[in-house]
Amino acid sequence: MSHEVNMHGQSEVITTHEVHHDEHHGHHHKETFITKYIFSQDHKMIAKQFLVTGIIWAIIGGLFSVLFRLQLGFPNETFPFLETILGKWAEGGKLNPEFYYALTTMHGTVLVFFVLTAGLSGTFSNFLIPLQVGARDMASPFMNMLSFWFFFAASIIMIASLFVQTGPASGGWTSYPPLSALGDASEGSKIGMDLWLIAMALFVVNSLLGSLNYISTILNMRTKGMSMTRVPLTIWALLFTAVLGVLSFPVLLSGFILLLFDRHAGTSFYLSDIFLASTQKALPNEGGSAILYQHLFWFLGHPEVYIIILPTMGLVSDVMSANARKPIFGYMAMVGSMFAIAVLAFLVWAHHMFVTGLNPFLGAFFVLLTLLIAVPSAIKVFNWLTTLWKGNLRFTPGMLFSIGFVSLFISGGLTGIFLGNSTLDIHLHDTYFVIAHFHIVMGVSAFFGMFAGLYHWFPKMFGRFMNNTLAYIHFWITLVGAYLIFWPMHYQGLAGVPRRYLDFSGWASFNQFDGLNRFISIVTIIVFAVQLLFVFNFFYSMFKGRRVRTQNPWGATSLEWTTPINPGHGNWEGEIPEVHRWAYDYGKDGREFIPQTEPVGANETPEGKH
Amino acid sequence: METTISMDQRKKIHPSKFTLWVAIASIIMMFAGLTSAYIVKRSQPNWTTFEMPVVFWYSTAVILVSSVTMHLALRAFRQRERVKYRTLLTITAILGIIFLVLQWSGFSQIWSTGITFSGAGGGQFLYIIAGLHGLHVIGGLIALILMFFRAFSTRLRNYNAVPVEVMATYWHFVDLLWLYLMVFFMLLQ
Repeated sequence: MSHEVNMHGQSEVITTHEVHHDEHHGHHHKETFITKYIFSQDHKMIAKQFLVTGIIWAIIGGLFSVLFRLQLGFPNETFPFLETILGKWAEGGKLNPEFYYALTTMHGTVLVFFVLTAGLSGTFSNFLIPLQVGARDMASPFMNMLSFWFFFAASIIMIASLFVQTGPASGGWTSYPPLSALGDASEGSKIGMDLWLIAMALFVVNSLLGSLNYISTILNMRTKGMSMTRVPLTIWALLFTAVLGVLSFPVLLSGFILLLFDRHAGTSFYLSDIFLASTQKALPNEGGSAILYQHLFWFLGHPEVYIIILPTMGLVSDVMSANARKPIFGYMAMVGSMFAIAVLAFLVWAHHMFVTGLNPFLGAFFVLLTLLIAVPSAIKVFNWLTTLWKGNLRFTPGMLFSIGFVSLFISGGLTGIFLGNSTLDIHLHDTYFVIAHFHIVMGVSAFFGMFAGLYHWFPKMFGRFMNNTLAYIHFWITLVGAYLIFWPMHYQGLAGVPRRYLDFSGWASFNQFDGLNRFISIVTIIVFAVQLLFVFNFFYSMFKGRRVRTQNPWGATSLEWTTPINPGHGNWEGEIPEVHRWAYDYGKDGREFIPQTEPVGANETPEGKH
Repeated sequence: METTISMDQRKKIHPSKFTLWVAIASIIMMFAGLTSAYIVKRSQPNWTTFEMPVVFWYSTAVILVSSVTMHLALRAFRQRERVKYRTLLTITAILGIIFLVLQWSGFSQIWSTGITFSGAGGGQFLYIIAGLHGLHVIGGLIALILMFFRAFSTRLRNYNAVPVEVMATYWHFVDLLWLYLMVFFMLLQ
């Protein structure tokens, strides 16, 4: 027995040696352009790769919404330039109805998955986890690189699907069968749907590889002294996000695999003997259940919205605390409520299916669990507001976007309480009320959290600052614009205006909204233009922005600001610093901030007392 | 100082091993999704059942034995008995291949009895669920073969047990996963 223990000990020592060996390699090797910028295994470069790919996707996805808003706002006008750029999809300057569906489908897919999952988690998990927990890199840098390249492959295939003759997938971002399972049912269910499924399968692989790495890095690679109760909230948020992804994406993949078999192998998982008007024949399938797909889809689909919002909750907490010069209020309550949200995320998926014939008795449980999410969400909002309370607020662009995030999260969250009720859902489902709710609470507010993070950590990423004036213009127009676009949609939804409709002109009761629709579309165009201003600011500042001269420009406490201004692969030049305190010692004992690396002084006020 | 570091190291689980455990959780979710789909689908109209072919019992036995040989291989590696380790690793890989061959012949047997992708029966689930399990075994086999070549390489002499431990854990996992699927299909026919 003692022999075995001894052997084990030896092997561990060998492992330690290997790690050190690797580190020295990292410092001395000359990096070529390809190993540094393309097949990089440095977490910081991979983060930037995710970020830039995400920005490109965000422009594409945003542009799609502008295109279909043109149709919704001006159903009777023609736009000849549309025919120039879209060809047969906009003959005579009017969107083809099939293409309108393709646009809404791809807008949803791109923004939910490619921007707010890969672009957001991919960027900030990769960038911040090793820097904030004090690690040289991810647990497996190679897997991390693979994760990006799977995302890249998924992106290429998804882009390719935009150019096939029958057009991209157009069955909605949820791709419900039977529409998505039947090539004969619509143009978009042909090859476009296959490419969509393949791209999404690759995307799932990217997400799993990434999340595995994030979890094991956070739990195993923290520096000395960095206990889990000392890590910044960003790390907790990214941890819960990764856990949600690891447990829910595989279920989505199962659903997609069954769908692929229904499409091509003649199985009947989702398809039954439907009579198809286009072929004038009944399908040979029997006994399939379309609802089964919805269960599998929403088992991911619901955690997915938390995969989107949780990282931004973490980012906002840290940006807000650093810029209010106050410790975050209720650190453990924040962690606890994120944990509660992560658990509840798995127990509420059927609230997307209240009107699919779900047993109302069963529905009642899902209503209860759904409404329970209001509790941890409210705790978080309360803690953000109390963090702001009596703080010495510095209105940096990051801080403004954080405050904007909280505002949007409250506005969007409140309508969630309406939608979580199965009875109200009978009226509200599939209306603009739903559109307004989820765009505010997870679309725009996640974007706000992401912008807060980008403005705050841009100096760490590129060693330069972004332009403040452009940032303020970006913030105010986006905030006002977001409310102007989505607030009126609540009224439309309450009046019963259904989503995914091309044209309401033949529907007399909704003609009263013509002016409103035009207004929303005009604001959309303005807001989109302002996002392009942000993109300009981003790339311009990357090369020409004001240089960062000090190591810690925001006076923040967490570890990433103890690295050199432009950290190399391995992050810290000497030893990894040791951590002695939590990340929120702002305004303590008459000092503005105390970095995590500073040992606790003899006369210092104990933690948690101010 | 040196001792404290290795003490710390010993207390913590190795990141690769931990990553594997999380990945296993993820794979479990995938099969949990598929088997719950099976349960939901069972209550739909026109559901038909199928007979498990006898050959699946043989394949179950084979993969169970391969798990034992994998475990012994790991023991041999830890005790630095390289020859024994190589032999056991080779046997494990061969048993893995036999398992896959047996699975394939099981599939063709059921397929020939008329249980195909058409219709609404449980058979189509079997092909996909067991097929996906097979893919995971193939993944394990590829890793085994890589280790096999590493074990026979004269250039490298590696005493780090972590890769072998990770391999063994994964191999036991796909074994247990098949046991679960076998029991599941037996009970829910």
